Amino acid sequence: MLSLVRSLWEVFKHGFARRLTIQYPEQKPYLAPRYRGRIILTRDPDGGERCVACNLCAVACPVDCISLQATEDEHGRRLPEFFRINFSRCIFCGFCEEACPTYAIQLTPDFEMGEYNRQNMVYEKKDLLVNGPGKYPDYNFWRVAGVAIGGKDKGQSENEDPPVDLHSLMP
Amino acid sequence: MNLYPLVIIAVVLFVILNLAAVLVWVERRLLAVWQDRYGPNRVGPFGLLQPLADSVKLFLKEDWIPPFADKAVFVLAPAIIVATALLSFAVIPFAPGFVVADLNVGLLFILAMSSLGVYSVVLAGWASNNKYSLLGGIRASAQMLSYEVFMGLSLVGVVILAGSFNLSVIVEAQRKVWFVIPQFLGFVLFLIAGVAEARRLPFDLAESESELIAGFHSEYSSMKFGMFFVGEYIGVTLISAAISLLYFGGWLGPFLPPAVWFAIKTFAFICLFILLRAALPRPRFDQLMAWGWKYMLPLALLNLLVTGAVVLALS
Repeated sequence: MLSLVRSLWEVFKHGFARRLTIQYPEQKPYLAPRYRGRIILTRDPDGGERCVACNLCAVACPVDCISLQATEDEHGRRLPEFFRINFSRCIFCGFCEEACPTYAIQLTPDFEMGEYNRQNMVYEKKDLLVNGPGKYPDYNFWRVAGVAIGGKDKGQSENEDPPVDLHSLMP
Repeated sequence: MNLYPLVIIAVVLFVILNLAAVLVWVERRLLAVWQDRYGPNRVGPFGLLQPLADSVKLFLKEDWIPPFADKAVFVLAPAIIVATALLSFAVIPFAPGFVVADLNVGLLFILAMSSLGVYSVVLAGWASNNKYSLLGGIRASAQMLSYEVFMGLSLVGVVILAGSFNLSVIVEAQRKVWFVIPQFLGFVLFLIAGVAEARRLPFDLAESESELIAGFHSEYSSMKFGMFFVGEYIGVTLISAAISLLYFGGWLGPFLPPAVWFAIKTFAFICLFILLRAALPRPRFDQLMAWGWKYMLPLALLNLLVTGAVVLALS
């Protein structure tokens, strides 16, 4: 019986405690830098697209909300012909970011994506691409990858030795 | 023709029905305050237009009667609870002379009306033809029957001290000292019984949304559900008004006009009702019944016995 009175008193005291509510549209909550919000496609420091259309993000996606088609440009660089994320399906798990071998796909601390028309939740490549490198400012996949593209032959990447001619390896 | 009673009736109905609507907002705000939140504060200043928005929503909902329900009773049940709760206010004196019907058996009338109010819940549970609703109705009838017994008995102490069932006379008898001091046990018993009679948490076993999915009114929608809502809030106001009249001197108080004192005291008890809801868990049904019969009833009888003996010895 006394415990009931005590809990009444404890609850009553909470009337004078600090409010925990954040008055959202006026007050914004603090979001951690690694908060998993809206997905973006980043560019490397030179301004080229990082995405190499390897499809790993689409495979990793548990709700299959990513779809893309690979193509090649005149330099032989792979890039997505289209890249589409259906945000009405996306669960913001971040698996795509973890799967991405080139740091192209990244999640940002932005969640204000409400739409009145469901079709507008489907983001195309032009909606996803941003003009920056995101979380990895110095990384450039094509400069470190041992793949020959236009303007860069095999062996010319950073930290890469010139290729060895196997036929010259005589005992 | 004397229009004065009609004016009183109009004022009382206006105040009570609006109060019932505003209490929805008051309750949500107060619950939020005690849970470190703000509560509804967007619709109008301080969210004061929330009751308006809520009632517009309730009116626009589909008014659906289940095909398996007992239609006549189903429609009648929500009307009973509002009618009986409003009828009780006929004998509540808001200020000296400001009462619709100054009955000599005012207190008995309130008890009678709150007993009739049980029919609403029981019939609603029965007419819904739904197992959970029926369980809620059965629980309500058992709970009301057992808690009404010592509710009436706990009031007898006040009646002995005042020497009347008339509520105005009972208030006037508290000029020297409020009855809460000589009748403290009676006050506590009446408070507990009152919460049970109003079917408010922690005694909302008829409703218990977590076990009976809203119990007796799970099949109700639109304004029929709204009627139960309004009836519950009028019931809370009624019990609070009764407590302030019987134990806290009703309109008696210095400086302020009598009606204001009555309103302040009543509102304080409404807040206590909401605090009870915010703080206490719901007991199990067998615990509720055991409490009522094993502790409350003997205590009420003891209170009656001691009060009677003291009054007899002093006279």
